Amino acid sequence: MSNNQTIENVGRRRFLQLTGLSAGGLILGTALPGGGSAWASTAGKAGPLNLFVTVHSDDTVSIVCHRSEMGQGIRTALPQIVADELEADWHRVNVVQGLGDERYGSQNTDGSRSIRRFYDTMRTMGASARTMLEQAAAQQWKVPADECSAKNHAVVHTPSGRRLRFGELAAAAAAMPVPDAQSLRLKDSRQFNYIGKPVATVDAPDMVTGRAQFGQDVTFDNLLIASIERAPVLGSTIDKLDDSAARKVKGVVAIERLDGGAEPPAFKPLSGVAVLAHNTWTALKARKLLQISWSASSHDQHDSDSYLADLQRAVLEPGTTITNRGDVDTAESSASQSHQATYTVPYLAHATMEPPAATAQVSESGCEVWGCVQDPQSVQQQVAAALSMKPEQVTVNVTLLGGGFGRKSKPDFVVEAALLAKKMQRPVKVVWSREDDIRHDYYHAASVEHYRAGLDSDGHVDSWLQRAAFPSISGTFQAGIDHPSNSELGLGLTDLPYAIPNCRTETQRAEYHARIGWLRSVSNIQNAFGVCSFADELAHVSGQRPDSFLLQLIGPDRHVDPSQGDYKYSNYGEELDKFPLDTARLKNVLRRVAVKADLNLRGDHGKNSGEGWGIAVHRSFLSYVGIATKVQVQNGRMKIQEMHCVADVGLAVNPDRVRSQMEGAMIFGMSLALMGEIKMKNGAVSNSNFHDYQLLRMHQCPPLSVELVDSDAAPAGVGEPGVPPVAPSIANAVFAASGQRIRELPISKHLQVS
Amino acid sequence: MQLSINGVSHEFDIDEDMPLLWVLRDELKLTGTKFGCGGGFCGACTIHLDGQPMRGCLTPARFAVGKQITTIEGLSENGDHPLQKAWVEHNVPQCGYCQSGQLMSAAALLATNASPSDAEIDRAMTGNLCRCGTYPRIKAAIKTAAGKNVADNRGGKD
Repeated sequence: MSNNQTIENVGRRRFLQLTGLSAGGLILGTALPGGGSAWASTAGKAGPLNLFVTVHSDDTVSIVCHRSEMGQGIRTALPQIVADELEADWHRVNVVQGLGDERYGSQNTDGSRSIRRFYDTMRTMGASARTMLEQAAAQQWKVPADECSAKNHAVVHTPSGRRLRFGELAAAAAAMPVPDAQSLRLKDSRQFNYIGKPVATVDAPDMVTGRAQFGQDVTFDNLLIASIERAPVLGSTIDKLDDSAARKVKGVVAIERLDGGAEPPAFKPLSGVAVLAHNTWTALKARKLLQISWSASSHDQHDSDSYLADLQRAVLEPGTTITNRGDVDTAESSASQSHQATYTVPYLAHATMEPPAATAQVSESGCEVWGCVQDPQSVQQQVAAALSMKPEQVTVNVTLLGGGFGRKSKPDFVVEAALLAKKMQRPVKVVWSREDDIRHDYYHAASVEHYRAGLDSDGHVDSWLQRAAFPSISGTFQAGIDHPSNSELGLGLTDLPYAIPNCRTETQRAEYHARIGWLRSVSNIQNAFGVCSFADELAHVSGQRPDSFLLQLIGPDRHVDPSQGDYKYSNYGEELDKFPLDTARLKNVLRRVAVKADLNLRGDHGKNSGEGWGIAVHRSFLSYVGIATKVQVQNGRMKIQEMHCVADVGLAVNPDRVRSQMEGAMIFGMSLALMGEIKMKNGAVSNSNFHDYQLLRMHQCPPLSVELVDSDAAPAGVGEPGVPPVAPSIANAVFAASGQRIRELPISKHLQVS
Repeated sequence: MQLSINGVSHEFDIDEDMPLLWVLRDELKLTGTKFGCGGGFCGACTIHLDGQPMRGCLTPARFAVGKQITTIEGLSENGDHPLQKAWVEHNVPQCGYCQSGQLMSAAALLATNASPSDAEIDRAMTGNLCRCGTYPRIKAAIKTAAGKNVADNRGGKD
């Protein structure tokens, strides 16, 4: 049950404004105090939440989903929770996509937050609406309300068996006073109809028939399509433009400059030249004829290879201490065995299957946009700032997202559309091409991490030093930041769950030279690759099997609090009381995934079968995930033969979608581990499309399995936590199979991947 | 120029080099065929030309004159192609963006090979990228549609 909840009946007009829905009957809104600041959230101001249920006289129920659908199944899962508490019949539920509005609370659909932040709220919404329907029936029958209970889309008077359908009660229920939140009766979990069940994805029928509408699909009369040539190097602007050839292309309507290049880049559009035409083909074709010379930039010399080489040197030097337990230096001097390693992960791109796209229309009174956006309120703010409007003058329609992974919570592409629509005085759709997407992303930071451990004579780890260097996401938004941030370190590094008496976390300087952003699981990618690889190295150094070594390293069952001195651990924005860092759950996942693997199988260093298993376990986004991978390495080639996932995500609201997220996370993780690398030369990205930024294809995908831990714990993150342990489990398997230790991703740099 | 799309003839006044992808999406507003890469690498724009799977982003409109163009919207009357039903049964789509192209590639495969092996499915589908990672379920759904039992529950349902 959520605390401090106030629930209010909102006016019909307001509801229609929020949803664009033509509705009648019971309209219920709940208002909650804001939910605290969130990772990389710019919609930081705490606002009331408003979430809505409508019962129609035709017996249908509309449930608003205020979060963005990008494949995680949220348009099914959130309404599924409401419908359960409401006692609605799922087949009579319509899901309505909410417009951007701060009254909903955070709509920033990232950080694997939708369920964990809104599970209680959704239940309350359903229960409130159910109570109002029961009270309406009681009034009509002139009986005590506690003799009436909702069941399967109707209210029944238990003593007499009388029954009224929801639709018959819609108008009367809407006139009922809104119940006090504290008085609401939530269902016992044994009574759940939908929560915990694999309810089918509401959008699937539209997705298999081509009817589903994504950002790229928005179209209406009088629409101009814009394709934009952007500055290849961050900070660069247009020096000279010759657009005479492009203007001559039949169908080109206008060529417009977009100002940009100011730093920090934040969510502002990049400097560019837009070609506007009646269709996409013309705009793309004419754009190739633009002759642009770009101004010099301070990032002109940036070369990703030499940048990483510099960081590899830097992490060997003492850095800035962030957390410090015991005395690492003294422990190291008395260690009977020591080991060190440096791990490197390159820049990565999101590469959503749908490149970013947004459509805008600007009038005197405001701006309306349609787009594949993860954070419609951030769109309101950014568009309003660009057009000198107020956020509430910007109406944001959220389409389906053809993948998000963090890219589409950056609204730069929507601002481009709004600026062009204002200039053109007619609706404009900005279409990003794949090349635009690969070359102008908010990249996952290139990173280098150095680890050093001291072991005692029994093979126990006595000291652990971890030193990270990567450009912080914060540097993209705030000038002068040149070290990893505490938030980023809290994603898998400072929250190291190992029982080691002496442990120190340090950072080294790393400046940004490109827009850096959050990509599915964020710095957990490099932190888990480092931590889980290094722990595996130590197992081998000390001559122990990785699973038994890890169990010992994690140590006794306990709740870990990583906060220390000035360092405050953010725990993904949640209280440690509700979401503890629980070593027992981590060890449970470890034991269960270890039995999938034959950790005694050694590839005999490439001889014989060349097969080997690797495991990795990691807690992120408050969930615990273990991955076991079997690979074969022979003659310089490696192939993943099978992969298994064991996940403890707390209560799984929709277990089928949790499984599908874990399947997807394994494939996402394989893509980045095997082939993911964005390269930059002279400040510009060298990759351009899927031939040189490769993703895993079906023939490379091994058999996968997913096992969910049955749990009544509070529902935790699902979209991201499957990703971090994948890369280290593969690298650990490669070592078991071949004796070759992968410390630098992608693996395709060292082995042929097939 | 005249093009036959999903059994209906349409007249267009366009640059004949315009790829079919943009004819469908911009001129005819048939947006089920998706723009993924523009270079034939991802398969999101897969359509059928006289039953053959083609990449709409690389196929100039003039190439399709006199041929039958089929898009996802024309794969079945009511979304009841055996593959579409199997896709829903296995809850295949995540974001859904690549699924039109996946279905069109799979439909072309089953049209010529009623019960493909795993390797044949891989060969037919390897040109279709899915960033969400629905490959195991796509494979399972193709087998279901082909009337095969999926022996294991990998990528299956709860």
